Amino acid sequence: MPETPTIPDSPATAPLLRLSGLEQVFDTKRGKVPAVSGVDLKVEAGKVLCLVGESGCGKTTTARAAAGLTRPTGGSVEYLGHDIHRMGAAEWQEYREAVQYIHQDPYASLNPVRTVLSSLTAGLRKHKKVKGRHEARQAAARLLEQVELTPAESYLDKYPHQLSGGQRQRVAVARALAMNPKLLIADESTSMLDVSIRVSLLNTLGGLRDDLGVGFMFITHDLAVAKYFAWDGEIAVMYLGKVVEHGPTPQVINDPQHPYTKALIAAVCEPDPRLARSKKTIPLRSAEIPSLTALPSGCTFHPRCPLAESGDCDTTPPTLAPLDERRRLACHVVARDHVAAQAGTG
Amino acid sequence: MSEEPILSVRDLRITYQTGRNSEVVAARDVEFDLYPGQSMALVGESGCGKTTLGLGLLRLLPKLGRIPQGEIVYRRKDGTTADILKMGKEELRRFRWSEAAMVFQGAMNAFNPVQRIGAHFADTLKDHLPEGKRLSKTEIRERSEELLRMVRLEPGRVLPSFPHELSGGMKQRALIALALALNPQVLVLDEPTTALDLLTQCSIVEELHRLRAEFGFTMIFITHDLGLAAELADRVSTMYAGRIIETGTAEDIFYDPRHPYTSGLINAVLPVVGDLPQLASIPGSPPSLATLPAGCAFGPRCEYVQDRCREAVPALEPLTDRPDGLTHATACLRAEDVQHSREVVSRA
Repeated sequence: MPETPTIPDSPATAPLLRLSGLEQVFDTKRGKVPAVSGVDLKVEAGKVLCLVGESGCGKTTTARAAAGLTRPTGGSVEYLGHDIHRMGAAEWQEYREAVQYIHQDPYASLNPVRTVLSSLTAGLRKHKKVKGRHEARQAAARLLEQVELTPAESYLDKYPHQLSGGQRQRVAVARALAMNPKLLIADESTSMLDVSIRVSLLNTLGGLRDDLGVGFMFITHDLAVAKYFAWDGEIAVMYLGKVVEHGPTPQVINDPQHPYTKALIAAVCEPDPRLARSKKTIPLRSAEIPSLTALPSGCTFHPRCPLAESGDCDTTPPTLAPLDERRRLACHVVARDHVAAQAGTG
Repeated sequence: MSEEPILSVRDLRITYQTGRNSEVVAARDVEFDLYPGQSMALVGESGCGKTTLGLGLLRLLPKLGRIPQGEIVYRRKDGTTADILKMGKEELRRFRWSEAAMVFQGAMNAFNPVQRIGAHFADTLKDHLPEGKRLSKTEIRERSEELLRMVRLEPGRVLPSFPHELSGGMKQRALIALALALNPQVLVLDEPTTALDLLTQCSIVEELHRLRAEFGFTMIFITHDLGLAAELADRVSTMYAGRIIETGTAEDIFYDPRHPYTSGLINAVLPVVGDLPQLASIPGSPPSLATLPAGCAFGPRCEYVQDRCREAVPALEPLTDRPDGLTHATACLRAEDVQHSREVVSRA
């Protein structure tokens, strides 16, 4: 991106979180695995950025780097304009409190031998944000009310195994809220829930976004969930460690431009038999995702892409460049045709 | 469609022992007729008993599971019938795979991790053959290769591989090929696309459509994904708390559900196509099988509930009169009052 990294944004105008040229290469026995290569994204306060893509595309690696859980091998993560890996202790502390992570599996993310009260107040006690047992209990009860687990008193002394999956995930969200976060990173937080309770959890999260102004980095493989939760926000579609299309959710979902995004959207099964029977999927040239250790040359999607042409596609990796005012796209063919069409009409 | 059902289930009950003198009923009052060539989806949320029912049909329940009551009559190609629940050990072994096969849940873990894919095929081809039949090593290899090619896998690459060397989609394909090894008449698939990536799911669905058209097997598949059911099923049965509470053609279930639970389930599915609809989740959570509420098990979560709903468990009553098991039936006293609307939008 042609942005000037030498002049940092002032904290007043800087986005909540900015990823610039983020790279994460893992060293493994079988060679280097470039899990994320060159991701530029940002999240604003009260806004949603949704990362979608198939397993292994680098969504979770990106999220973990954004949460400061791993040290990227290249590029930077900035919180309010400050590189998180150059922060002093106090600033780092502030960042860690402000950015909280909600994991995928509520059965694994809550300590089974701790009560709800104990899980919710561990952070508060550690950071001395509450004085005494009574105050801690009140704070925990308030958190449970925020995630609509009421009456809160009836949940505080329960253990995770006494709760349903949906209730556990709400406790996990409440725990993330304990530190008054500015940014929540939700990694497939609704995928393990049954459909009948998924919508209500998404609505609760939406309430936090709208009422508390919490920003979200929301990771999902489910395009319908992305559409519902990030309708007023943005979607970034990832493929093999790179963002291939990024723009406002309505545009990306209703008018996808990248052949990979198009294939994903065409593959969705809707609960409607007539629609399902008339469905036209986009035939890919290969059903298999290439391995990260042996990435194809040029555009990494070209061996599967229905639009691939010999020439640029198999030699030059496309850059994620602006397609129109608000959308960025990494595809030689679509970008070229877009320019040609504009020249034709203009 | 043809004359006699291939599978007739009557008054089936499946229980799990939970203690020395206690048990829970995981499936009860299950009755249906499945006709040759049909594809029926069993849908419902976790814990509704759909997997238990699927396993029960082939008597593959885990150790603590029992079938104390009911019958599952299977009709062979030659017209003879047999109750699966009365089969002896040997008979059952020959019945499985050559008459009815199962694709287990979780392609990731269904293979033995220390056996090559080829060995799985060899075991299956040796073990479930009809009495007196044997295959030579060459025949086994040739059949395995043929099966893998059928699901568009490269036999030379896949047969000598260990399961961990294959991707999720490849494993799922291999698993389907394995289930088809002995040309079964009935295929039971438990969550065949769950845990696979979207594009892989899509290719598996296409594969199943193609294989079904080619071999004409009868299919029961278990899924929590209503989109998949709309895509693959002619008939859909909804399960709640161990019971089939609504059954009908895919059109009946998706366009005109008469049970509030089915309606709620469909309305909770987030769409990708079209505008954002009004979505509503179903309040509360499913009851524990150990302590079912009196009367209709869905009653406590139901917006249509009345006093009479709490008196007795509503029976599955037919709403239409159609042959071949395609009757729309529901277990709701207020079936006529259920309002269902979900905007049907077309894919642009």
